[in-house]
Amino acid sequence: MLLIDCPWCGTRDQREFTYGGDAAVKRPADPAAVSDKEWHDYVYIRVNPRGSHVELWHHNAGCRRWFKLRRDVVTHEMQGSAPIGSELEPPLPIAGRPGKP
Amino acid sequence: MVKYSIFSLARNALSRHENWPEAWRSPEPKSEYDVIIIGAGGHGLATAYYLAKEHGVTNVAVIEKGYLGGGNTGRNTTIVRSNYYLEPNAHFYEKSLQLWEGLSQDLNYNVMLSQRGVLNLAHAPSEVDSFHRRGNAMRLNGIDAEFMTRDQIAQMVPLLNMSMEARYPILGGLIQRRGGIARHDAVAWGFARAADARGVDIIQNCPVTGIRREGGRVTGVDTARGFIKAKKVGIAVAGHSSHVAAMAGLRLPIESHVLQALVSEPIKPCLDTVVTSGAVHFYVSQSDKGELVMGGDLDGYNSYAQRGNLPIIQHVVAALLALFPCFSRLRMMRTWGGIMDMSMDGSPIIAKTPIGGLYINTGWCYGGFKATPGSGWVFAHTIARDEPHKLNAEFTLERFAEGKTWDEKGMGPTPNAH
Ligand SMILES: Cc1cc2nc3c(=O)[nH]c(=O)nc-3n(C[C@H](O)[C@H](O)[C@H](O)COP(=O)(O)OP(=O)(O)OC[C@H]3O[C@@H](n4cnc5c(N)ncnc54)[C@H](O)[C@@H]3O)c2cc1C
Ligand SMILES: [Zn+2]
Repeated sequence: MLLIDCPWCGTRDQREFTYGGDAAVKRPADPAAVSDKEWHDYVYIRVNPRGSHVELWHHNAGCRRWFKLRRDVVTHEMQGSAPIGSELEPPLPIAGRPGKP
Repeated sequence: MVKYSIFSLARNALSRHENWPEAWRSPEPKSEYDVIIIGAGGHGLATAYYLAKEHGVTNVAVIEKGYLGGGNTGRNTTIVRSNYYLEPNAHFYEKSLQLWEGLSQDLNYNVMLSQRGVLNLAHAPSEVDSFHRRGNAMRLNGIDAEFMTRDQIAQMVPLLNMSMEARYPILGGLIQRRGGIARHDAVAWGFARAADARGVDIIQNCPVTGIRREGGRVTGVDTARGFIKAKKVGIAVAGHSSHVAAMAGLRLPIESHVLQALVSEPIKPCLDTVVTSGAVHFYVSQSDKGELVMGGDLDGYNSYAQRGNLPIIQHVVAALLALFPCFSRLRMMRTWGGIMDMSMDGSPIIAKTPIGGLYINTGWCYGGFKATPGSGWVFAHTIARDEPHKLNAEFTLERFAEGKTWDEKGMGPTPNAH
């Protein structure tokens, strides 16, 4: 079971949340001004990294707010969460993590 | 290659089956190949086989980071069918099903295709309507489809809960009788053995770590066993597509997600068809060993972990019991997961890339096992001729930019919903 850190409610069971996809994807501010390629990349292209991934989650069975979560998609390790609009810290190198030599 | 037959079986029985030769070699990689396929799943191996058999291209290597068939090929629930609505999917998957029908003979390897029928259940009047529509479209495309009434279903699958008071009342169904299941490992092994017999080198335990290019053309791949030159390179790595394509600087309309499955303890034969319910997000069949093999939806979040979480397992078991209350005392034996290459429209990409000599085969979502022979067939054609076969001409990388997506479920660019 994923245990997800909601920035407002703390650590809760994944069943309370809905996944909202890659948070790095940004809607162009002025869709009419961007090229077809930029629009295509926004709609369809994903980096889909094998490692640390910043993603959107909705605490739909809790405070009902959206937030950002950094998660390692290979190990399921949780690497921090933050409200929308604030930046997430990059993950610590393994050696610097609490409890790791 | 020793031909497998009743005679070779009898001959080898005399020596207690101790003298069977290896089914394929484990060669040292050569310094150069005409074609390198990355990924020895069913698709990569089928591609190599048809390159050799249909196009006479035999200086081919299939390079696999683990053991062959250890990816999704060896993890899937083996449903084979061609019951699609949209034309490009219908024709492609039908070709694949026709190849399945002759595959054991062609490969001289029993892939245990069992055409026991794939039954989709309808639980609402609107679903009944849409099944008629899909069934009609299939028949117009020359594919078998039959609508089944409640009574016919009750007779064919007597263990289903047919009560109108059931949690998911069954109003009818669509069956493709030529659909069914096959032995997943045998498909990988059969293609590997037949490709090897035609001169293809299968290099296992050898991750590809880089794709080298020069002047817009591919020149070879870096691997754990050094650089190997190649005139052409085909990528067939399923859930790892984005990662491997990035080695050539490509970004894909793909997300990786985990799909789980589970099996029960073995029981006597009691379910002789594949039963699926799209509305309930559930499907089940009984394997030759007697286990009930079942699954449902993706976990729903990006994942490269070959394991999932409990909510989906609970959902799948709850759905099983709602449809088949008689299985309530069965114990589950194993669960596992595989990494799916989920495309932005739910249809595959089998295509040339902007890089000369580099080809990609990805976007299989839930359904790539049934595609295995068809995918290898058209991917081999695309690589050998440097142009797509008419059956994969629509499955390009560019279709997203051109607004020509093939979205069977009408979900839009939400990979986890296809
Ligand atoms: C639980 C589950 C149930 C499914 N059920 C069905 C079903 O009922 N019917 C159906 O049609 N489909 C089903 N599928 C989908 C199907 O299994 C896949 O679409 C199909 O197997 C993909 O085939 P493949 O050969 O492309 O992938 P794989 O068998 O995954 O092969 C890809 C190979 O590439 C290798 N690779 C990756 N990276 C590298 C690298 N850097 N270097 C070298 N090699 C690399 C991997 O190790 C792997 O062996 C299911 C999948 C899962 C997980
Ligand atoms: Zn909350």
